[in-house]
Amino acid sequence: MFETSELNIKNQRVQRLFKILFLLMTMLLIAPVLLILGTLIVKGGSVISIDFLFTSPTDGMTAGGIFPALLGTVWLVAVALLISVPLGIAAAIYLSEYAGENWFTRIINLAIINLAGVPSIVHALFGVGAFVLFFKFGTSILAASLTLAIMTLPVVIVATRESLQAVPFAFREACWNMGATRWQTIRRVVLPNAVSGILTGVILEVSRTAGETAPIMFTGAVFFTPFLPQGIFDQTMAMSLHLFVVSTQVPGVPENLPYGVALVLIAMVLIMNSLSIAFRIYLRGKKKW
Amino acid sequence: MSGQPMTKTVDMAAFDRRNADWYIDKLVQALVFIGGISAIIFVVGIFAFVTKEGFGFILDRFDFQEFFTSPYWYPADEDAPEYGILALIAGTASVTGLAMLVAIPFSLGTAIYIAEFASGKTRETLKVLVELLAAIPSVVWGFIGLSIMNPLIIELFDVPVGLNVLNAGIILGLMAAPIMTSIAEDALKAVPDRYREAAEAMGATRWQVIYKTVLPAAKNGLLGAVLLGVGRGFGETMAVLMATGHSINMPGSVFDSVRALTATIAAELGETAVGSDHYQVLFTIGIFLFLITFVINLTADLIVRGIRKG
Repeated sequence: MFETSELNIKNQRVQRLFKILFLLMTMLLIAPVLLILGTLIVKGGSVISIDFLFTSPTDGMTAGGIFPALLGTVWLVAVALLISVPLGIAAAIYLSEYAGENWFTRIINLAIINLAGVPSIVHALFGVGAFVLFFKFGTSILAASLTLAIMTLPVVIVATRESLQAVPFAFREACWNMGATRWQTIRRVVLPNAVSGILTGVILEVSRTAGETAPIMFTGAVFFTPFLPQGIFDQTMAMSLHLFVVSTQVPGVPENLPYGVALVLIAMVLIMNSLSIAFRIYLRGKKKW
Repeated sequence: MSGQPMTKTVDMAAFDRRNADWYIDKLVQALVFIGGISAIIFVVGIFAFVTKEGFGFILDRFDFQEFFTSPYWYPADEDAPEYGILALIAGTASVTGLAMLVAIPFSLGTAIYIAEFASGKTRETLKVLVELLAAIPSVVWGFIGLSIMNPLIIELFDVPVGLNVLNAGIILGLMAAPIMTSIAEDALKAVPDRYREAAEAMGATRWQVIYKTVLPAAKNGLLGAVLLGVGRGFGETMAVLMATGHSINMPGSVFDSVRALTATIAAELGETAVGSDHYQVLFTIGIFLFLITFVINLTADLIVRGIRKG
């Protein structure tokens, strides 16, 4: 009665075929990452040294290091985070702890989705129109960081909201029953239980912000400046734009130099990203409820 | 006994529990509300400011027919500037189209493998790798198109230039695939396990379960994933700027160099004087891009939401 029929065997074969096909596709999708990393390491590795990281470009950017760009990216990311993290956490607290299920919340959610979906170059146009011209910040770290902050705001909001909602509702009820106000409950009970999840989102945001190019091109980052940034109203070089410049705009760049720049940039981004992922996996293992 | 009234005056203030904590609570509520509406403010602000800068052009010079049907884009010509974006639309569309040809099968295949076949450590590892693929910045992808894909295409296909639709399409496909994969995987995971169990109980193989039960049930979510991929491809800037060759062409084959809408803004904004026609027309393209991605995102959201309710 339970003999395998011709049909069974055929079905089994089809299934195995599809499984292998999909595995192959997965491998083909992932292979480029490893190939790209390999190429960057092989070609860019020889360029990188302590000097490369900590000196300025020389000879019209065809020699020397990347220090001003590296420092510029740190400035841009730091200022952008100062703006987007408080704002994003506030937005997430509102959505998770206060907002009801109504049309208004729905519009906020749509706005967040759209904010994440607007092309980066349109964010750049907004930055020019609003921060550089209207608010008269000029092309400065402040204008560029504001643009970056708004563009990456959805990352913080989504990650924070998720980790807030992961805190069981019973925790809040218990706290309210003790006579605590809403804010006391959020501050003493909800946030401490969600803080590591929020941190994961913030790290992810750092990685996203550091790699963006289009939003900073016209708002604060410049191809080359001999000065290191001193404050938020200065212009600055940035890693991402520097890679664009040395690989397309400057003649006579030695072949391996852009690979070195790309390697440093991608290392920054991937290290932050892996940190965020590792942190998340660690947290999942530690979950108490 | 003096004539004191029997009733004691009730001290209302004793019942007033509005202490410092109460006021702080209200203050915080107002503050987080500002955070909550900030996303709306920014989306409206983006539209308002981009429109403000481009509005002069729409009022004075905008010719709907020329703008969308003329392939001649000579905004910098001093005597007779022409503002046709048809070739730019064709550039964006051809690159995005090819990117989807690459990304749709690969991302759906990967999503199905991760969600339905892989398990345990394999699944986790694959998910992490896909996430890392998504993390590579677009300027690095552009650099890869420029320095790795370009010579590769020249050698493989024996063409003079390797910066073309093919190059940018593959790059963009690889960029869009991880996002599509993770959204598609979410859609597959949202299909209840009892659907699978019911089908398996009828003697279906894993593939039959996927093909006949899971995929139809996840259809809308998968469509949403594809749409978001299209939106992403449409708005991508740096990678397309570097890998397409950036020359104005109505593409006839995948080996033609093209120029994209986004890349045009990125390449030309720096050369224009604030307030000039050329400057304003770039913002007009920005409005166009904003509206298109707005519609794509809205549609994707509606489609995905449609199934959640059903």
